[in-house]
Amino acid sequence: MDTIAWRDVTDAGEPPPSDDRSTFTLHINGSDRKLTLDHRTTLLDALREHLGLTGAKKGCDHGQCGACTVLVDGRRVNSCLLLAVAQEGAHITTIEGLADGDRLHPLQEAFLERDALQCGYCTPGQICSALGMLDEAADGSPSYVTEPGTAAAGGPVPLDAEEIRERMSGNLCRCGAYPRIVEAIEDVAP
Amino acid sequence: MKPFAYLRPGSVAEAVRVSAERPESHFLGGGTNLVDLMKLGVESPGLLIDVSRLPLDLVTPTDDGGLRIGATVRNSDLAAHPVVRERYPALSQALLAGASGQLRNAATTGGNLLQRTRCPYFQDTSKPCNKRAPGTGCPAREGAHRDLAVLGHSPDCVATQPSDMAVALAALDATVHLHGPEGERAVSATEFHRLPGDNPDQDTVIRPGELITEVVLPPPAEGAFSLYRKARDRASYAFALASVAAVLTVRDGRVAHAALAFGGLAHRPWRARAAEDVLRGAPATEETFARAADAELAAAEPLRDNGFKVALARNLAVGALAELTARADRSG
Ligand SMILES: Cc1cc2nc3c(=O)[nH]c(=O)nc-3n(C[C@H](O)[C@H](O)[C@H](O)COP(=O)(O)OP(=O)(O)OC[C@H]3O[C@@H](n4cnc5c(N)ncnc54)[C@H](O)[C@@H]3O)c2cc1C
Ligand code: SF4
Ligand code: FES
Ligand code: FES
Repeated sequence: MDTIAWRDVTDAGEPPPSDDRSTFTLHINGSDRKLTLDHRTTLLDALREHLGLTGAKKGCDHGQCGACTVLVDGRRVNSCLLLAVAQEGAHITTIEGLADGDRLHPLQEAFLERDALQCGYCTPGQICSALGMLDEAADGSPSYVTEPGTAAAGGPVPLDAEEIRERMSGNLCRCGAYPRIVEAIEDVAP
Repeated sequence: MKPFAYLRPGSVAEAVRVSAERPESHFLGGGTNLVDLMKLGVESPGLLIDVSRLPLDLVTPTDDGGLRIGATVRNSDLAAHPVVRERYPALSQALLAGASGQLRNAATTGGNLLQRTRCPYFQDTSKPCNKRAPGTGCPAREGAHRDLAVLGHSPDCVATQPSDMAVALAALDATVHLHGPEGERAVSATEFHRLPGDNPDQDTVIRPGELITEVVLPPPAEGAFSLYRKARDRASYAFALASVAAVLTVRDGRVAHAALAFGGLAHRPWRARAAEDVLRGAPATEETFARAADAELAAAEPLRDNGFKVALARNLAVGALAELTARADRSG
């Protein structure tokens, strides 16, 4: 996984900008990528098909499974429902950008440690989602199961298993690895 | 998906002007509904006017103690806003009951209000559907309608309005502010969505080219508690089968003020005026609450497979009002 093939569409003999295509820059995992893309291209397809970043997965392509979760300006989102052109100038973090050199991110370690996967198809989305979710709770954002009044002053919301399950409900796992996914996230949660 | 042009206007005025000049255009908010429908071929705009970066991203107090919510405020930010959590908990809970953490981070106030029905025929371009293709018929009436309307439906459409947020806004007496080619206007959240009648292609009263700029909440009723409850097929990340937003003030054991709206039952958030009439001034007891819910739901006309929604909605309403009464008791 140390060499990631960057493919630049402007070099691939693709047509220049027009009414239906634009040239724009995305900041992806710390590097700037200039792209000329058809407006129909979703962020997920831009990552997978045009930039060779195949970590984010296409499960449903309709916002229903979370396999495509990445972080845009630090917030977790479904990249299958975002148009790439609408993200112009945004800072995007994908699963490929989480490790620090050879050192895995603590969430990646926890997923390995807890064996929180079977086929692994949902895992990049689960981990990116968990990363965004931990920040949201640290910022004091409530969930549907947060008791009204908790952390109302903006303090962090404590994460028990019920909170984690609710906050991670946008990530499905067809293998049903949920119990261990929750444990792995609990290991990393403060 | 059909090719389309893309434009990011610098101001509300520019957005409205371009939209009037280009009738084939659609506004783009977070895109979580529109992009989905474009993939399905249900929508095929020739131009997307991306309004998500317009300076409509603030939540600010109004002079009279209410709250002004910009159209591009993200659903997650609105749900977490300290004033919304403290003074309008039904709104915060309704937002948090909808979709997923990822979707709420992208979805905007304006886009949430205008998201389209989840009726399966509407989303399938190989099927007839009066809402998507006027005059082709409504297969849901005799077909898969378990999740669809029990109140206010018409022979032409039995779809439900999917937004949880819209239900809370209806109970909280919010107004939706619009900016269009003919100027600005405000519509009450209870009147913003419409009943299907014989033109179900119109979900709301919005006119061509109108942009939602903000939603305004009046100050919360004095001494009121509010909440949102939602029943669905799984514990999270599913649309409502039935839901209720309830606002209640209890004084000396009697209902001083009540506002109630149902979700998942109709083509619009269903403001329960008949129930409110029963509640006002009556003793705050479960007996009253059941009588109020029954008074409202007497108008229900369930379809073959969705009669269960009537009992579900009744129980949700009674439970919500009882919970709010208990909270009022606890707070003295
Ligand atoms: C899997 C899944 C589950 C979901 N579950 C729920 C749920 O349980 N409850 C719920 O309430 N919602 C749910 N949603 C829907 C979600 O809340 C909506 O998709 C979202 O709120 C739409 O907001 P948006 O900004 O992304 O809108 P967009 O997709 O950008 O736009 C939607 C519509 O609004 C128009 N529009 C956008 N902004 C404006 C504006 N300012 N003025 C005028 N027109 C505008 C667009 O032209 C478009 O027609 C779910 C969605 C998915 C994919
Ligand atoms: S209920 Fe409405 S949206 Fe569904 S098929 Fe009938 S006309 Fe179309
Ligand atoms: S692929 Fe994006 S949510 Fe399923
Ligand atoms: S591990 Fe297989 S889908 Fe989650």
